[in-house]
Amino acid sequence: MMVEANCVRFNSLLLDNGATLAPVDVAYETYGELNAQRNNAILILHAFSGDAHAAGISHDGGKPGWWDNCIGPGKAFDTSRYFIICSNILGGCRGTTGPPSLNPATGCPYAMSFPVITIADMVRLQTMLIDWFGIERLLAVSGGSMGGMQALEWAVAYPERVVSAIPIACTTRHSAQQIAFNEVGRQAIMADPDWNNGDYYGSKPPARGLAVARMIGHITYMSDDSMREKFGRRLRGKQTFGFDFDVDFEVESYLRYRGSEFVNRFDANSYLYITKAMDYFDLSNRQGSLATAFAATQARFLVISFSSDWLYPSYQSQEIVRALRTRNRDVAYVELPSNYGHDAFLVDVAEQTDLIRGFLASTFDKVQ
Amino acid sequence: MTAETAKRQAFVPELLGRSDYAIIGEIVEPNTKVLDLGCGEGELLQWLAENKGVDARGVEISGVKVQRAIARGVSVYQGDIDEGLADYPSSAFDYVILSQTLQQTHRPLKVVREMLRVGRRVIVAFPNFGHWAVRLSMLVGGGAPKTKLFPYNWYDSPNIHFLTVRDFEALVGVERLVVERRYFLAGRRKVWLLPNLLAEVAVYLLSGSAG
Repeated sequence: MMVEANCVRFNSLLLDNGATLAPVDVAYETYGELNAQRNNAILILHAFSGDAHAAGISHDGGKPGWWDNCIGPGKAFDTSRYFIICSNILGGCRGTTGPPSLNPATGCPYAMSFPVITIADMVRLQTMLIDWFGIERLLAVSGGSMGGMQALEWAVAYPERVVSAIPIACTTRHSAQQIAFNEVGRQAIMADPDWNNGDYYGSKPPARGLAVARMIGHITYMSDDSMREKFGRRLRGKQTFGFDFDVDFEVESYLRYRGSEFVNRFDANSYLYITKAMDYFDLSNRQGSLATAFAATQARFLVISFSSDWLYPSYQSQEIVRALRTRNRDVAYVELPSNYGHDAFLVDVAEQTDLIRGFLASTFDKVQ
Repeated sequence: MTAETAKRQAFVPELLGRSDYAIIGEIVEPNTKVLDLGCGEGELLQWLAENKGVDARGVEISGVKVQRAIARGVSVYQGDIDEGLADYPSSAFDYVILSQTLQQTHRPLKVVREMLRVGRRVIVAFPNFGHWAVRLSMLVGGGAPKTKLFPYNWYDSPNIHFLTVRDFEALVGVERLVVERRYFLAGRRKVWLLPNLLAEVAVYLLSGSAG
């Protein structure tokens, strides 16, 4: 399945912090066909470093989408039955307006003059995209990690527009530990002299800081087990220690590779803005309590967590489930066994696929 | 088949291979809200959803079984019955079902009370430890009973509370519960006489006391 990126421009977007962004571009991809009743649309929400290219092989570059193992004919999100939409988030750097985009008022990139955004702002922009498609209600909103937070925000803020929500490996609010890891990433970027207060476009980007931030991220996405299995203490291309500070261990080589590769596709300022949006997200805060926040929801929920995910531990998913139960909402939940840590929702998808497929099929039956 | 004609019949049809399920399937009224505790892979809930149009939910402790239940489209969450009901508001369901699981809960009385809080009606099915085969097994063998109904060795049995029909009737009295219907089964046969001796499985439809 070859896919092409598309872009649509909206005149303006009102943000939580009171500012208005104008205009706003949204990069998106779609897979499958919207049916005549317009009731088979599913919005896929990407995680922190994802983009609109969720499935298929990109027309330019030939890369598979980030959730290609879950989206396609016969897969969890079956494109022979459903119409799948995925867009790059607000504040991103993969086609949707974000810090590296040109500010029409100055003709220069926004950089740090970009307004601080929230998960709710991202979702508000997504509602404009869904309106633009002429879709009233989404059969499902789904994503892992920060994508799951957006799915929850959709279900709470636009209850009449969401038939079902599948938040995976996520939380209703970041814990101190999650904020801490994000802050270390941000500090790594801002400590790089090339960051230059965010003003690096057209010159050297803060590649070292961004790479370090990404290395930290990757550690949190894996588990002790998966790292032991993948790397152990194996040495990289040598039989003995080098007695220097070049790469000795496989794990060092992997992290350095991941870090430097990330620099080529991601913007350091976007890193700052998006992690901040994640840290600000707190469904309970806005409405007093989580149970109050969920009072308005109408959706069915399928909540999934993974046993070895220590970045978004199962207790956070269970908090979602318990709060929904106090409202007697229709919620299915299971913790899937996996050694892959937080990455499990992207890589260990066999069991997740069965769950999503069955849940979507029964949900689709209900709207027929 | 109406409930009245079913009551008079000597044999119960099987539903999903179980006669107690057939009774439950008969009791549950259409288009109601049902919570099944210890729902396994959700077969009964799926049947109730498809044949009675109920809004079906389940609780199951085994992750593997929860996965299969969700994969068949039933809303089940992984959790412990002993703890799991506390979050639900009162009278959240028309029926709360506990099928052959009461004897496996840590605190059966608390579970029954919680079921009656979150459900307007409660359906409890349990294996009768007073059945003659159990008594005979213990009397003759002298060891912890092993029968068709209680096939486990004492050390690997999931059953931790052994109750009889008489015990349950006593509990109903003490808790001042209203028994709307009671069914006693031996295989597919209905038992009318001496249920504490002859019934393998008892099914009760209860509601909370009026006062």
